[in-house]
Amino acid sequence: MANIPAGIDDTVPLAEVADVELYHPKSWWTTYVFSQDAKVIAIQYSLTAISIGFVALVLSWLMRIQLAFPGALSFIDAEHYYQFITMHGMIMVIYLLTALFLGGFGNYLIPLMLGARDMVFPYANMLSYWLYLLAVLVLVAGFFVPGGPTGAGWTLYPPQSILSGTPGGKDWGIILMLTSLILFIIGFTMGGLNYVVTVLQGRTRGMTLMRMPLTIWGIFTATVMALLAFPALFVASVMMLFDRVLGTSFFMPTIVEMGEHLKNGGGSPILFQHLFWFFGHPEVYIVALPAFGIVSDLISTHARKNIFGYRMMVWAIVGIGALSFVVWAHHMYVSGMNPKFGFFFATTTLIIAVPTAIKVYNWVLTLWRGDIHLTLPMLFALGFMVTFVNGGLTGLFLGNVVVDVPLAKTLFVVAHFHMVMGVAPIMVVFGAICHWYPKVTGRMLDETLGRVHFFVTFVGAYAIFFPMHYLGLLGVPRRYSELGDTAFIPPSVQALNEFITIMALIVGAAQILFLFNLAWSLRRGKEAGGNPWRATTLEWQTPQTPPAHGNWGKELPVVYRWAYDYSVPGAAQDFIPQNQPNGDRISREPAS
Amino acid sequence: MSQSAQAKPEIALPRPAGLRGFASDWASDQRAFKNVSWGKAMMWIFLLSDTFIFGCFLVAYMTARVSTAIAWPNPSTVFALSIGGKEIPLILIAIMTFVLISSSGTMAMAVNYGYRRDRRKAAILMLTTALFGAIFVGMQAFEWTKLITEGVRPWGNPWGAAQFGSTFFMITGFHGTHVSIGVIFLVIIARKVWRGDFDTEKRGFFTSRKGNYEIVEIMGLYWHFVDLVWVFIFAFFYLW
Repeated sequence: MANIPAGIDDTVPLAEVADVELYHPKSWWTTYVFSQDAKVIAIQYSLTAISIGFVALVLSWLMRIQLAFPGALSFIDAEHYYQFITMHGMIMVIYLLTALFLGGFGNYLIPLMLGARDMVFPYANMLSYWLYLLAVLVLVAGFFVPGGPTGAGWTLYPPQSILSGTPGGKDWGIILMLTSLILFIIGFTMGGLNYVVTVLQGRTRGMTLMRMPLTIWGIFTATVMALLAFPALFVASVMMLFDRVLGTSFFMPTIVEMGEHLKNGGGSPILFQHLFWFFGHPEVYIVALPAFGIVSDLISTHARKNIFGYRMMVWAIVGIGALSFVVWAHHMYVSGMNPKFGFFFATTTLIIAVPTAIKVYNWVLTLWRGDIHLTLPMLFALGFMVTFVNGGLTGLFLGNVVVDVPLAKTLFVVAHFHMVMGVAPIMVVFGAICHWYPKVTGRMLDETLGRVHFFVTFVGAYAIFFPMHYLGLLGVPRRYSELGDTAFIPPSVQALNEFITIMALIVGAAQILFLFNLAWSLRRGKEAGGNPWRATTLEWQTPQTPPAHGNWGKELPVVYRWAYDYSVPGAAQDFIPQNQPNGDRISREPAS
Repeated sequence: MSQSAQAKPEIALPRPAGLRGFASDWASDQRAFKNVSWGKAMMWIFLLSDTFIFGCFLVAYMTARVSTAIAWPNPSTVFALSIGGKEIPLILIAIMTFVLISSSGTMAMAVNYGYRRDRRKAAILMLTTALFGAIFVGMQAFEWTKLITEGVRPWGNPWGAAQFGSTFFMITGFHGTHVSIGVIFLVIIARKVWRGDFDTEKRGFFTSRKGNYEIVEIMGLYWHFVDLVWVFIFAFFYLW
């Protein structure tokens, strides 16, 4: 690592740490399978997460078919329906979104965007992936054991989750689910420590915290949150596992089951809900914050404008992360809490809308008078913004106790949740894949296929979830496998349900198109070159594409400016890479 | 990497004073915590996460204890030993606590000797720490056996609320697991210190990275943490 020639720049301190020695794999196995390279681990995480996500997608198809055409598929009975709901929810939230954003994008982007050679502990990073894979396999094993997977709902509320009335409650299902969660958390902790320490201690020269791309800020804050929130789920899982296997009564009150007094007594089901949601609410932002960060970078790059209010964006991310730890009981308005708690948690919940709204305004202001290129990543970023605002607004309804109480058990919640935490982050996932695919593979995705996929997904998602709000307001309950003859439900609900199901099948099929695009472009896509989007951040400045082992060749990059020098007046190009010396002092970086 | 690149810059960059200076130091490039190695930073952050695990366990225990309708067994009598025909309350737990706190002392000394490159003393002190840890776990096994023979089970006990046994076995078991893992790693690292791996820069078997004597201090951080957690378990479980 040489010093910068004198006179070009005096603002970058010298190196404080010696360059790291990398582990150099010697065989095919240690290069591609048991790899310690964060980029390979990222791809392993992503492929596993996407594969298991497709299982969850198929489950949602089956559920929708059952709702619209009850009895059409003879193998779906009420119990199966519950199992599908549970597995769909758990897979999508934890095994797809959390693993993909943090394990996938986190692993790929953190070292590259910060100018590091790899994560700080490559070996623990590798273990992290293999534990994640084991967790996924244990989860999937639920489908093949007697009694099938658990049907307790993705929140696993006791006591029902471990009683015989619930599928898998007295069989293997719930045991496998809890074991899988515990494995996932142990594996995630290994990876999470890597991400946090790499961001804090592993940056290159000149990469100050306030020069990090917002993607990194989002992933970093989300990982810190995950390290503090997953312990609650870990503890809850261990305790419920003991309740189920050893016969303890942590969460089990005195219960009569099938006319028989169980031996349990004295436990508190509400305790589980508190532990679960102390994890569960931060989990929403563990998924959302990386999405916020990534979308900020996509918008800035593809609108060729610096992000509006960078510092505000950083503090909004940190603020949302902190606030999200004091809102958990808004999931429990109908659980029987002291009404004063409801007041407190409703207040904190609504306060979160402030930093979130700041972020949305800043995205809009970044677009304003920008040179907007409607590339695939930009389309998905725009799709995200619209969907997120929609989902967020219905969150204001549900955050209020009096509005939540009548709506809590209806499809309104399902619609809100899927808009804000299903469709919106998935939009970012697609946008991010389209954005970074050229760096990962060296080739561009096919534009036409991508556009078809975007429009079908975007319009289709609205066709699915917009009517669902209306069904919820009518009072159609969620988690019912069929409605039967219910006095307050008009017959038109059936028609709407059929419409939603058909749209869901179409949107699901469009995802196969996306997968096809990924596979097809791998060989047939246009050559991308090193920096197809003309972006400023470090991962586009690597000597090779895809980046080689060690990322940077002989010398680590040195950072002279923030990540958002787009369309700077007086510059030769409409972007200035972060590692270009700032000799003539043309940068839009806010003074620190 | 040349030697000069590692040296401090000759012209100090202007840094604001006071709180702003603190913030700009923290937010400066390369490292947020200056002079803190990756391993040490990782251990601190891991311990923060582990604190939340023990915190959740203890909060769950307190919730169970204050909300149970059946009386909680009296710890002073449950954890008493009869020695020479006399019931002495909490005697075993007092010895266990003493042993574990003492092991923190030997651990701290091992860290000191490690940094002085005194391999023999450092290794012996680490093994002493490990021995204290093993004695602690051994006495815990004795305590468990005693309670089990008296009829305490995770699902019930002869004296009161069933949650007593559940939380007791779960929390002390989880802590005991931490101590046992610590003992195993103490022995592994003591062996490396004894052999001089950190002087010859021998590469790790799994990670193929060179270690140094800082690993003794990182091990110490974990060990002191496990100790500190025990203080809380002792206070909340046995003294309440």
